[in-house]
Amino acid sequence: MRNREATTAWLFLVPLLLALTAVAAWPLARNVYFSFTDAFLDNPADYNFVGFQNFLTVIEDSVFWGAVRNTLVFTSVSVLLETILGFAIALLLHRAFAGRGLVRAAILVPWAMPMVVSAKIWEWMFNDQFGLINKGLIWLGFLDKGIAWTADPSLILGTVIFIDVWVTTPFMVLLILAGLQLIPEEIYEAAEVSGVPAWKRLWSITLPLATPAIGVAVLFRTLDALRMFDLSYVLAANNEKAMTMSIYARDQLISFQDLGVGSAASTWVFLIIGLIAIALVSILRLDRNAG
Amino acid sequence: MARKSQHYSNSTYRKLRFLKRAGLYFGVLMVLAYMLFPYYWAIISSTKTPENLYSFSLLPSLNFGNYISLFHNPIFIGAILNSAFVAFSSSLISLVVSILAAYALGRMNFRLSRMVLICVLMISVFPQVVVLSGMFEVIGWLGLYNRPTALVFSYLLLVLPFTTWVLTSFIRDLPQELEEAALIDGCSRFRILTHVLLPLMGPAIASTGLLAFILSWNEFLFALTFILTDENRTVPVAMGLLTGSSRYEYPFGQVMAASVTVTLPLLILVLIFQRKIVSGLTAGAVKG
Repeated sequence: MRNREATTAWLFLVPLLLALTAVAAWPLARNVYFSFTDAFLDNPADYNFVGFQNFLTVIEDSVFWGAVRNTLVFTSVSVLLETILGFAIALLLHRAFAGRGLVRAAILVPWAMPMVVSAKIWEWMFNDQFGLINKGLIWLGFLDKGIAWTADPSLILGTVIFIDVWVTTPFMVLLILAGLQLIPEEIYEAAEVSGVPAWKRLWSITLPLATPAIGVAVLFRTLDALRMFDLSYVLAANNEKAMTMSIYARDQLISFQDLGVGSAASTWVFLIIGLIAIALVSILRLDRNAG
Repeated sequence: MARKSQHYSNSTYRKLRFLKRAGLYFGVLMVLAYMLFPYYWAIISSTKTPENLYSFSLLPSLNFGNYISLFHNPIFIGAILNSAFVAFSSSLISLVVSILAAYALGRMNFRLSRMVLICVLMISVFPQVVVLSGMFEVIGWLGLYNRPTALVFSYLLLVLPFTTWVLTSFIRDLPQELEEAALIDGCSRFRILTHVLLPLMGPAIASTGLLAFILSWNEFLFALTFILTDENRTVPVAMGLLTGSSRYEYPFGQVMAASVTVTLPLLILVLIFQRKIVSGLTAGAVKG
């Protein structure tokens, strides 16, 4: 009986396993394989093995380290801001008010839009001459003349972070709200009756009990931010100040047609993100065990 | 509550409560403005004539010239059709495959079931750039390069792990009694899935399918890499590569019209399925 159930289960899993092999496992293995060759994209069948040469080429390239730095700055700052903002908005929307369901749906708008569309809309709002933001800042007296938010190399990463925070905060809000809804109402009632002040209720009840939900949300968002490609690519084209690791790897692979070096760069990206993922998961585990 | 109200007179207490409510509604309004204003501004800008575009009126001027020229642009219309085909096909395939898998993962006992789920989860957080060269080769072997079908294939990487994960947690939440009765009656697993579980899963499948559709509709990296010519492009890439003949001729009005157009169907669907989406997204993440 047991054995038959296992056989049936694997039969049901065959399509999934086949599909994931074709789109994930096999391409990943080929990517690692190509990392050790000098193949070019126009004729991938013609290559020699070059050992670890490509891996060295990548880590000797200062542009690669710039991309790593940008990605890490982008990820840490935007995830931090999203978490704070997401937590604040989730606390607000957790209260009872008229039209709450509709508001919760409406905040999904930035998240449901294609990233390219968000980039275009903000690019228009940030336009140095005709953008609403510069206009508003000048009108309020903060600026004398418009700033080129998306062209100035020293501002571009900040602009990318700003837009990303806008796009992904709704996701954070949803996940944290779901966590808040799991906290039993009675705890708050008990605390209120015993005269525990509001800030203390937030600090000693809400925050610790919402931490698991926040932790999961942070993990997902971090891993997603580390692979970011589209926003920087659309907004900053080839501006090195906003180049992410994914853009660097794709440039080597597609723009320069260098299959070997491009694959080695992708493999580095995989290793870096893998290490960060392992570190984050073990931190979350420790946290859970301690609590 | 009781203790607090003893400290204040009735009218002060009422005033305080009123202030609290007002603060709450003000906060909600600020959140809505932050989240929605950019889209509103895109709508406003899209209905302005090129001369009016640089005025800062917050009201629409209801000139639909941008939309008319957009819908006469064969590349844009083609991109919408391509996107619809790709997103629909990859969501449909993913749903069929992942319903089968979710039944096995959510209900049947076998060794390695946890392992499979963890692998699925790991693939869903994978950086896509890591499979780019290998995927390039596979697509070449299949003869799909520069065809929208190449995207249907490659989007399985994005969509399948997500739909499998969410549907597995939905199936786990369904009551088990119906199935057990059917099993004792000697019903096959496949019949149980199609005749007992599927009818119950309608809402779950609808919301998961919608999220899968959004994922594929919005994808950029693969669409940029595996499609070479304009007539085969999907919407995000067609928009991303749109440029004027010079920096100063950049057609902002038209880009805003395109932004509004390609987002509108998603927004309508999200508003309709709002409750389901929220439960789908959180089922995927919180229960993990």
